[in-house]
Amino acid sequence: MNALNWTETLRQQLEVSGIVVDQQESAYTPHALVWQVAAEAWQQLAELSMLQGLRWSAGWAEENGEQFTVHALLEKQGVYLLTRTSIGYKKPELPSQATVYPAANRSERHTHDMFGIKFIGHPDKRPWTRHKAWDKHTHPLRKDFPVQGSPEIITPPDMDYPFIRSHGAGTYEIPVGPVHAGIIEPGHFRFQAVGELILNLEERLGYVHKGIEKIAEGRTPQSLARLAGRVSGDTTVSHSWAACIAMEQAAGLSIPGRAALIRGILAERERVANHLGDIGAICNDVAFVFAQMQFSRLRENWLRTHATVFGHRLLMDCVIPGGVKSDVSDSDCRLIKQDIIQLRKELTDIITALDLNSSLEDRVYTAGFLPEDIAAAFGTVGYVGRASGQDFDVRRDLAYPPYDQVKFKVALENQGDIASRFWIRYKEIIAALKLIEQFIDLLTPGEILNEWHVPVAGSEGLGIVEGWRGEIIAFVRFDGDNKISRFYPRDPSILNWPVLEKLVLNNIVPDFPVCNKSLNGSYSGNDL
Amino acid sequence: MLRLFKKILTTGIVTEPVKVPKDAELEQLGIAIKRHIERRYTGSIAIRQIDAGSCNGCELEIHALNNPYYDIERFGIHFVASPRHADVLLVTGPVSRHMQTALLRTYEATPDPKWVVAVGDCAACGGEFGISYASCGAVSNVIPVDAVIAGCPPTPLALLQGLLSLCERH
Repeated sequence: MNALNWTETLRQQLEVSGIVVDQQESAYTPHALVWQVAAEAWQQLAELSMLQGLRWSAGWAEENGEQFTVHALLEKQGVYLLTRTSIGYKKPELPSQATVYPAANRSERHTHDMFGIKFIGHPDKRPWTRHKAWDKHTHPLRKDFPVQGSPEIITPPDMDYPFIRSHGAGTYEIPVGPVHAGIIEPGHFRFQAVGELILNLEERLGYVHKGIEKIAEGRTPQSLARLAGRVSGDTTVSHSWAACIAMEQAAGLSIPGRAALIRGILAERERVANHLGDIGAICNDVAFVFAQMQFSRLRENWLRTHATVFGHRLLMDCVIPGGVKSDVSDSDCRLIKQDIIQLRKELTDIITALDLNSSLEDRVYTAGFLPEDIAAAFGTVGYVGRASGQDFDVRRDLAYPPYDQVKFKVALENQGDIASRFWIRYKEIIAALKLIEQFIDLLTPGEILNEWHVPVAGSEGLGIVEGWRGEIIAFVRFDGDNKISRFYPRDPSILNWPVLEKLVLNNIVPDFPVCNKSLNGSYSGNDL
Repeated sequence: MLRLFKKILTTGIVTEPVKVPKDAELEQLGIAIKRHIERRYTGSIAIRQIDAGSCNGCELEIHALNNPYYDIERFGIHFVASPRHADVLLVTGPVSRHMQTALLRTYEATPDPKWVVAVGDCAACGGEFGISYASCGAVSNVIPVDAVIAGCPPTPLALLQGLLSLCERH
């Protein structure tokens, strides 16, 4: 069934159910339709979409004068359906979609904490992003909430969050965090265990909530790109890219072909750097220091070339509205290609050594198993999804520039264990190296930046890219005067964190770190 | 297993004298750090890293200090899992309001004498995030800070220089 067929079928089914769809004009390119429905039909829309096999991708709200607009982004076969509805400001209520799509659960709780929109029938009434920095009667993303808020001198700890409890002989609880034992972001995990076996895990995140959505308001495009590049520091290229696409759509601005290719090179280099670090860290978590040292050495070499060619070891602020900040010279391209040849050779040596190592195999095969049906139900993206049979990659399925100019294979596995996520990452490195070479070969002389022009007040844009963790969404709406009125970045972690609670079940507590690292969700990108 | 040993042998030792801006100058810094640590801290200092709200960029570069190129342990500096084992707290990020109490408690749990290093532009001044309903801004707004290492994020070399300057002053 091709994409147009499923949108038409869904529309007919909605009409049969008495739901009127108002298809709106959209500037979103490529492949995104915008459907407005009545608030009462919000849950039914989700039910019919679920039956049609659509994946729930992102949800957010915005305040427009006397009302709120709530958005839910759905996807199937690389075609996105942006559904939206309007609700009154005085009594902001909406039927919950989380009853249908578990992926919507935390997102709706976030929207409730930030806007005070009540999702009727939501299975979990607890706050999510809100701890104690604001009270339940105030909502930071409302326009009348001052950006400074009215904080206490010392924000009290979030002590009384009602975790799920366990009872019975021999069961006990392990609280972990927010300050962890390693060099890692903060968050809280609550385990229930019997002996070493994990019975249940609950995540409590939100500790690094920095108010990104609120402080985005009033920024210029350049300033928003900088902020987007710090939603999650390890994904700086892809987040700023998604935000720039959204802003460029709103402004009706295209970027030079050369700039798109350089963005592609940057994003693939970011993917390689992170996978190198993570593969080493997975090995380190099972005390296999040889691999950790080898991979951290390769990562360091790779970052040094980032610094030489692009001026920054993590590639921050290289993607800017209208194009990219700096060009690559012929000698840069030669250096990048030499690096790739060297890295391929080294990886082959090391991976052969790892593959023959039974003590590593013992720890990663069958551990941290994520079945395909759970991965699908939660809309899991990126390498976590692709290791559990979720055949989706924005680069291939949306084919945005420069990925529309190249052919490449997306790695897919279905064993769903740590080993599977390990191998997917290795294959993604190999594929990324080839993509970088292809992009370099496609480079022709030309501009790298188009002049920005001010978007019309109220215009909006939707940026979707495949970051190294998976699909990234950025929604942007402009105010007048070239200023941002709404920015919502959806990191892949927001979809992937919940499945960690599932894949650790029936594992032992000492295997939690390696289960966690094989998924490696971003705390900052989740907490916003 | 043989392949593993072969890779170890052919890789050799990659640890290098810390370089840039000037090789000799920084190698001297490395030696200077070591001397200080030997004299003042009986051979080693223990660091507890705390992310109080960062974007994770600073953590990536702090991790790099442990890679074979920088191998920070050769100077007698090592990272520990508990503030109770630490001489130095390395704090990143603007302090999110949700992490404020956790940071205060970590500071209190660290035995005296102790030093706090604010790492990165956010920790130094609030950076891109500043002060808001969700962020306290600079680390010094929450706990006393002894040294600041700027950068977004600071490079591993800048981190080493910053740690040395702390050692020299205390």
